[in-house]
Order: sequence, then structure tokens, then C-alpha cells
Amino acid sequence: MLYQSWPWYVSGPLIALVMAILVLMGKRFGMSSNLETFCSIGGAGKFVDYFKIDLKSKRWSLLVVLGAVIGGYLAANFFSPDPAVEISQATVNKLQELGFNSAGQAYLPTELFDVAVLSQPKTWILLLVAGLLVGFGTRYAGGCTSGHAISGLSNLQFPSLIAVIGFFVGGLIMVHLLFPLIFGS
Amino acid sequence: MRSLAYLFVGIFFGFVLFKSEAASWFRIYEMFQFQSFHMYGIMGSALLVGMVFVQWVKKTKRKSLFGEKIILDKKERSFVRYAIGGTLFGLGWALAGACPGPMYVLAGAGFVPILVVLLGAVLGAFLYGLLRSKLPH
Repeated sequence: MLYQSWPWYVSGPLIALVMAILVLMGKRFGMSSNLETFCSIGGAGKFVDYFKIDLKSKRWSLLVVLGAVIGGYLAANFFSPDPAVEISQATVNKLQELGFNSAGQAYLPTELFDVAVLSQPKTWILLLVAGLLVGFGTRYAGGCTSGHAISGLSNLQFPSLIAVIGFFVGGLIMVHLLFPLIFGS
Repeated sequence: MRSLAYLFVGIFFGFVLFKSEAASWFRIYEMFQFQSFHMYGIMGSALLVGMVFVQWVKKTKRKSLFGEKIILDKKERSFVRYAIGGTLFGLGWALAGACPGPMYVLAGAGFVPILVVLLGAVLGAFLYGLLRSKLPH
């Protein structure tokens, strides 16, 4: 069980448990605010006052991030002998049409996340643009999947519902309208 | 001691995200194709348990483990920032196949190119800070 992928009904409640522990420790469950902390550490406060923050108050959150990195390392290297993700056959077919031949055989598509493809400028542009959109979007929206979809909606915050609908509108546009233009040949 | 607790919560979180495959680009793509219940199940069940937990905290006026008052995040009222910010986030989420939490997890799992995404995300957050005063909120 530990070595296979976990079903949704185990994973979902465990993610809620993470939020519960953090709330009971007097903190919040939100991952994207760390991006701003990295800006502050990098000296962004010299350009904009917005990034002048008390770094000490963010220490706990950076520890959670460090933990997530370690957790990913442990799970990938010691508890996942076969990390291939068993997505549905229909999805595999769609991805193969787009040129993703690693669909169904890997954890991440090697066409985007193998070190070798970093030799192509297109990979850099796609990954960088994807990151920019996530970073800009999440700060503009004031939260990401953890802060809005889990924390915000759990607390019945209407703004979080607008944000989550936005997440899906953006995701659907990307996958259905833009992917064929970006990856289709 | 508390520091260690935060670190362990993070390790647990990272472990769950990897094993649940919520950190897999393929699962995100599959979700936006509506071809599997997996991601909806994860978010739905997390939300259900989360709601019950938050209601319990509110009803019992639970104090934190350290005796402080628990303050639950209230999101300020607005439409435009959530709609535009959320949509931009969604575009990036689907392309990168990862939101901020999984990015850290994937970096730990050894996927070097995710560092380019992470760099972009930090730059994006910086860009937001620069333009913040000019954007409609």
C-alpha cells in the first residue's frame, strides 16, 4: 500500500489533516505566500515596499516548504518503485496525439521534465511562462490551491469560490484551446 | 521543538502530495479533460473534512495548541482580483501541471526542470509586487 499510489479517499483527508494541524498550531495552510518570501529574501524590498517584511514571521512557513521538499525526496526515492501514473486510456490517447509519448509510463512527462529537454529553448520558455502565470496569478488572486480551494472554501469564503472557478476557467482554456497550438504539430 | 513540528508537517504534506499523484502533470491534464474522478475526489474529500474541521473550530471556539486564539483567514471582498488572478493561475497550473505546493515536492523528487518553473513563479510574484498599486483589486 505504502509503495503504490494512494487512492483519493486516503489522500484528500490527509491533506485536510495537514491544514488542521497547521490551524491548530495557530498558522494557515497556504503555499504560495512563500513565493513572496523568496522575493523578500532575494532583496525585492529594495524595489518595492510590499516586499519589506519581517522574515522571522515567515520562518515556520519556510520550514513547511523545506519539509515538502524532503517529503518529495523520500517518497520518490524510497517509496515509489514504479512511479508511472496510471491515467485513463482516453487521456493517454489524447496526450499521444499531442506528442506526449511518455503518457502512462512516467510520473511527469519526459517531454517537459527530463533534464535532456532543457537543451531546447522551447522547454525553457514554456516552463518559465508557466511559472510566471502561476506566481503572478496566485499572488493577484491572494492564494493558490491550498489557500483558496482547500483553506478558503473550507471556511466558506465566497472570494475563494470565485478564485477556484478562475483556476478552472484558466486550466480549461490552456488544455483545450492552447495545448493544440503549443504542442500539436 | 515547534520548528521540528513544522518541518515534519511539511515532510508529511510532501509525501502525501507525491503519493496521491496530485503532484503529477498527467493527473492535472486528466482532470481538465474530465477523464478521471481522482483529482476531484482528492479535492472534494479534503474540502469535506476541512469544512467539518473549520466548523468544529468555530463552534467550540477552539484555542490553538499553544493557547492562542485561532484566527481563520477572511478573504477580502472583491471580484476582479480573484477572477483575473485565478484565471491566470489556472493557465499556468495546467501548463506547468503543478501549483506551488507540488513544485517544492517535485524539486525534492529530483525533477530538475521544475526549478525553471519555480524561478518563473518567484519572478511572477515579484512582478505582482511591482505592479500591485496599478492593478485593479
